[in-house]
Parts: sequence; structure tokens; C-alpha cells
Amino acid sequence: MKKTIRIPMPVRYLINFALLAVLLLTGNFLVNIVDRYYAKVLMLIGINIILAVSLNIATGYLGQLPLGHAGFMSVGAYTCSIFVIRASFLTNYIGEAATFWLGLLLAGIVSALFGVIIGIPALRLRGDYLAIITLGFGEIIRVILLNIDSLLGFEFTYGASGLKNIPKNTTFLNVFVLVALTCALVHTMMKSRHGRAVLSIRENEIAAEACGIKTTYYKTLAFSVSAFFAGIAGGLYAGYLGILNPNTFGFMKSIEILVMVVLGGMGSMLGSVISATVLTVLPEALRGFSDYRMVTYSLLLIIVMIFKPTGLMGAYDFSLSRLLEKGINVMGGKKPVKKGDGAK
Amino acid sequence: MNFPNHKGKMVPVPSTSIIPERDLGKIPVLEARHLGVDFGGLTAVDEFDITVGRTEIAGLIGPNGAGKTTVFNLLTKVYQPTRGTILLDTRDTAGMNTVQVSQAGIARTFQNIRLFKSLSVLDNVLIGLHNTMKYPLGSALLRLPSYWKQEKQAREKALELLSIFEMQDVADTPAGSLPYGAQRRLEIVRALGTSPKLLLLDEPAAGMNPSETYELMENILKIRDTFQIAIMLIEHDMNLVMGICEGIAVLNYGRIIAKGTAEEVRENPVVVEAYLGKKKEG
Repeated sequence: MKKTIRIPMPVRYLINFALLAVLLLTGNFLVNIVDRYYAKVLMLIGINIILAVSLNIATGYLGQLPLGHAGFMSVGAYTCSIFVIRASFLTNYIGEAATFWLGLLLAGIVSALFGVIIGIPALRLRGDYLAIITLGFGEIIRVILLNIDSLLGFEFTYGASGLKNIPKNTTFLNVFVLVALTCALVHTMMKSRHGRAVLSIRENEIAAEACGIKTTYYKTLAFSVSAFFAGIAGGLYAGYLGILNPNTFGFMKSIEILVMVVLGGMGSMLGSVISATVLTVLPEALRGFSDYRMVTYSLLLIIVMIFKPTGLMGAYDFSLSRLLEKGINVMGGKKPVKKGDGAK
Repeated sequence: MNFPNHKGKMVPVPSTSIIPERDLGKIPVLEARHLGVDFGGLTAVDEFDITVGRTEIAGLIGPNGAGKTTVFNLLTKVYQPTRGTILLDTRDTAGMNTVQVSQAGIARTFQNIRLFKSLSVLDNVLIGLHNTMKYPLGSALLRLPSYWKQEKQAREKALELLSIFEMQDVADTPAGSLPYGAQRRLEIVRALGTSPKLLLLDEPAAGMNPSETYELMENILKIRDTFQIAIMLIEHDMNLVMGICEGIAVLNYGRIIAKGTAEEVRENPVVVEAYLGKKKEG
């Protein structure tokens, strides 16, 4: 083997944490000086990154094609909002921010439960059948939320009129922390025996079973982890908008998230992060040319799919440390320019 | 090509099979009794009986479509047998699924290579080692010490297994970009990762040239000797089968038509007929 310089583990963590801190500080600084509009776009980018990264677990890593991601998102959004509204007494004890965090955690857990419930029957199927069953699930959730406004005499979702007056607790800070946490946790999961088991199912299910991997368990696990983070993104989204309407979480929302994943490259977290960013910024940036906005958006998708069918990043995943190592080895000690985001 | 001193002296056991003399007194690793499977009205395998000694290299041969791979699929529970029992180490595998059988000690390779193609060679072996690591998801997410320790051990073990076939240098290349022969070898390494008692090889020499096959034969013997496991293989390359298999079972139309040592099988007129057809009278 070639003799190369390797950056030891603690240093890698240090580099990543340092980078995160730098990003956080610049982000926070920017949010305070720029227009509120830009701050909102920045938050939306974060929420979309969480959504894309979480869908990437089911699509890129597990190799399935669920179309009900917006369903999990709505479960999370409603759970978090109802919790924050109903448990407002908690704010006296632990403060508003902590209540919101608790709500987000609850949103994730409830969504993950839904993921398990949907996953067990849905994951017996694959390919287009799985796509349709999850699509059906997403629609069921939406229709239920649209038609039910009270359960057991307990007003909570307010049906078609939507859930209003949700405290707007989503800030750049908590979005950023959750994006970092999501990416870090998904990364550590994928680099463990559990993550490899998920990948092996995508690669060859029969061989995975012959290696002693409980495929049903790992499919359900990946599916519910995906739902967990979608739920958290939903909770953030609710706290960002301040108002929830079931129709926000329609089929098109699921497709929108899927497009982010496919465009970025299935199985590449960096791809999801980049394309979620681009696809959030692009429609906003094109507001000036309102007539051609959607045309440009669609054209971009078509062009990328023609010239790079595997997505922008393919299955490539980014590691700042690896890049640094490469740089050090190639240039003999001269460090290359930092770019991108490590733990993200 | 011959491997004269590698074969043990074969002795009969109470079950119409033979096992190497050195395995006498040890519990046979596999005993299949009256094994059979029907697909709808079609009987693919019937009355399959075999006893495999603890460190035996057994061969399963037969013309195309005889049901050899089906037998492997029955043993690993890819198909549930319609009839019969499979005792692995005297433990009845009835009701077990593929995963449980794998954990109980049967590993296999596939006729059409089934590697995790876009993952690295090392990752392929690490997936084979999945159940040797025990840390829960939580310690993976938080990277607790148990994660580091077990991952390190598994990595070392994987590289050690790869070194059997001198593949440790390609550990980081994607499995799909390996040459054909290396892919077949990697499948064996991955199967060894599950620390099996019985290794099933489905046409390990398919597509290999004579010198590669020769090397493979040496390696199969080496694996048997180092790990002290039993190996059962399906193969069409008669040099390999006759060279290293101690007990050979011949399958035709789903039934065993002959069992014995290489010499006995080779001389058996029924076997010759199954392969070459009947001699015309007169």
C-alpha cells in the first residue's frame, strides 16, 4: 500500500467542529445584518436540507422509492404544533425554547412510529408498488387532517381551516443545530454496522440475508429513521410558518423533496445538501423573472438528468479530512483552500 | 492435476452416506434426511439424504437442471423444504429462516455472483462480519468506545480474511470493479466472515481458467485446514471435484443417483448414463 499521511480521528473531529462553529457564527452574523427575507430563505434551506437528507436514507441508502415523505413531515408538523400550543403551561417552567425542542423531539418520535407502522406492510413490496403504497399513505394523512378537527371532543387540528397561531419558534440557530445534528447522526449511522446492513439491502437483498442480516428489521429501521428526521423538519416548518394547512403537505411536496435527492445524487449526503440549497434558492432568486421562473427550474432538472443521470454528486460523499489528506499528500504539506462543509 | 494426499479415507456411516475417517466420532456438521421440495406440481428435489463430516469436502454434481442449486437453497432456507429434516450440528433447522440458518453456521456463495457491487471490498467483508459485532445503534450514533473497539477488531479480521486470497491490497476498491475471478474469491471471503461451520460453494470455479482453478483448489483445502470447517461444493469442473472432494453425491432429476468417493462415482454406470446418455443396444 502507498504510504500516505492520515489525519488522526480526534483531529478530524476538531476540524469538523471548528468548521461548524465558523459556519454557525457567519450564519448568525449574516442573519442579524441582512433582510428578514434572506433570513427566512436561509431557514427554509436548512429545513429542506433535513428533508432531503432524511429522504436520502430511504431512497439513496436503502434503495427504495417512497413517495409519502410529506406525509411524515405533516405528522411531525402537527405533532410539534399541537404540543407547543397545548403544553404552553410548560413554558413557565422550562421556557419557550425548551418546549419547542421537546415538541420537535416528540414530532420525530411520532413520525418514526408512523414510519414503523407504514413501513412494515409497505416494505414487503418494492419499486413502483412501494412508491404507490407510500403515496397512498401520504394522501391518507392529508385527507384525515383535512377532515378531522376534533377527536373525542378535543379540538386539535382544525381541519381544512388549518392550524393557526403556532408560536414562531424556529430560528436560524435551532435550524442550524438540527441540520448539523441530522447530518452527523445520519453519517455516523451509515458508517456503522447498521448502516452497512442498510446499504447491503440496496445492493443485493438475497446476499444480505445470506450474510445474516435481518433485512426486514433494517428496512423498517431505515424507513423510520428517515421518518424521524422528516418529522423534525416538519416541526421546524410549522414553527417557521406559524400556520399549518393540510394541503401544504400534498403529493407535490413529496415530489419536491424527491427531486432534491435525485438531483443531488442518490446516496450522497453532500449531494442532498447542495441540491436542497440550490433548489430552495433558485425559485427565490428567479423571482425577478417571474414569467420564466418555473421554466428555468424545470430546464435545470432536465439538463442535469441528461448530462449527469446519477445526480450532481453521484454517490460521492464528502469528507473535509479526506480532502485535506489528499491536498497534503499531493502538494507536500501545503494545505488547500477550505471549501464546503465537513460534518454537514 | 491431482491432490493425492489431501483426501481422507472414507468410511460408511449409518445413514447411507460416507464421511472421512478422521471425522468419525465427531458430530456430523450436516445431516439431511428425506429432504424434498415441490413447486406447485413439480418435484424439484426428492428424498435427498446426505451426511457431511465435520471437516469433509463434499461435492454435489449432476447434469444441468438436476436440482443442485435448489438443494443449496433448501439448506439455507431460501426455499422452505416441503418434506424432510435438516440437522445442522444435530440442531433441527425446521422453521428457521435464511438469517437464522446463517447465524447457526451455514454460509454460501452464489452461482451468479451476488456481491455488494458499489461498496468497497472491505465493506463487503465487513457486512459478512455483521453479526460478529454486537454494538447497538446508539453506540454507533454517539461513537461510544464499543463502536471503535468492535469496528477496529472487525476491520483487522476482515483484512486477515482477505489475506487468504491476497486481496488486502484491493480492500478499498469497489467490489464491482474487480476481475471476475477475484469477485468469486471475495464471495468466499465474505461467506467466511460469518464464521460458518459449513461453507456452501455454488460453482466456485465457473469461468476460471485451469491455473486459476488449480489455485482455487489449493485455497479451498487451505480454508478447510485453517478454519476446520466442512465445505460442500457444486461444480462442473471435474478436475476440481475429483481432485479435492472426498465424498461426492450425484444428483439427477432431483434425486441422488449415486454416492461415494471420486473413484466409485467415476466408475458408476448410472452416473455415466446420467451425463452421457444410454449406450445404444447392439
